[in-house]
Amino acid sequence: MTKASPTVKSEAELRLHALFVRGLEGDAAAYRSFLQQLASHLRAFLARRLFGWPDEVEDLVQECLLAMHNQRHTYQPDQPLTAWVHAIARYKMIDLLRARAGREALHEPLDDELAVFAESANEASDARRDLAGLLATLPDRHRLPIVHTKLEGLSVAETARLTGMSESAVKVGVHRGLKALAQKIRKTR
Amino acid sequence: MNTDQWVALLAADPAPVRRRAVSRRLLLALATGLPLSFGWMMLEHGVRRDLIQAMFWPMFWVRLLFGAAIALAAFVIVQRLARPGVRVRGAWLGLAAPVVVIWVLALLALLSAPAEERAALVWGQTWRNCAIDIAVVSLPTFAALLWALKGLAPTRPALAGAAAGALAGGAAAWVYAFHCPELAAPYIAVWYLAGIALPVVAGALIGARWLRW
Repeated sequence: MTKASPTVKSEAELRLHALFVRGLEGDAAAYRSFLQQLASHLRAFLARRLFGWPDEVEDLVQECLLAMHNQRHTYQPDQPLTAWVHAIARYKMIDLLRARAGREALHEPLDDELAVFAESANEASDARRDLAGLLATLPDRHRLPIVHTKLEGLSVAETARLTGMSESAVKVGVHRGLKALAQKIRKTR
Repeated sequence: MNTDQWVALLAADPAPVRRRAVSRRLLLALATGLPLSFGWMMLEHGVRRDLIQAMFWPMFWVRLLFGAAIALAAFVIVQRLARPGVRVRGAWLGLAAPVVVIWVLALLALLSAPAEERAALVWGQTWRNCAIDIAVVSLPTFAALLWALKGLAPTRPALAGAAAGALAGGAAAWVYAFHCPELAAPYIAVWYLAGIALPVVAGALIGARWLRW
């Protein structure tokens, strides 16, 4: 861990790292800004590598964002963020390609991890996958905490009062619900 | 839902994340599984009656150390495989070292023994049960570790499952050493290793399917 990284850290790496670390500490504004910028980088990165399937790009961006959110506890601040983001994006892309056409469909080698922050594309095209629809298929104990705290912006306490769940059940519901959503996304391929 | 809405949803009220969550989770799994593994060994096999006396024999400690060293190296490897973008690097050597050492000790023991005693050094008295017993002792730890890995993010799920098997197997070899009457290095080099290999193979097979995320 003490070894210096072989390349100078990019400006994007430094900026995103700072935002992400604040987000991990619970700073919602920093975290949102991190996810927004991350989405742009992922879009550009994935679009170059999936140019056979332009329609898949936005779906995969959203899936990667969910994966990074769900697995954010596996990031340690002393690790290059580029490596972490690249590893997850690569894993999700290979997973998609396996489901579709197998590895040979890759047009470019996937090992160039520095490229993940090299470009950014802000123009979000429409996702084909209906996340709201998938969300609606979750059981109430998962769906209601997500809808109230995440979509309607209620606090955990308000959600607990509204749904009759305990506050810890609301927190667990959000956490498990987003994990269950990631599983559903994998199954809809 | 477009991506901006999706980002807003994910970013709303993010729960703070504890530092070193990966190591914590794996240690919690060990703290759950190891006592169960140890309890099973006590219940089913019991510690060897001459435990105090055995403590004066170097091979008793070599055997304990063998399991512990494998478990320690495997812990480092699992901990790295569970985090995307972290390379395992030198930790593989830590896993290979105890195996190489026990094999060197085994060869030395075999070469220095008279030819007619060599077979006994390998087969011992209990070879029929040893590997299976170690694998069974590893089960609670193995299950707890796989469960912990399920909540982490191994980008090479089969390898991560195998490493979890090595960790559970190494820990089980260490636990089983408190019972086992066999002390010959060739015996350990074959049967203990086989006992550890069983959860490794099981971990690779289970990991390839169940640990995907």
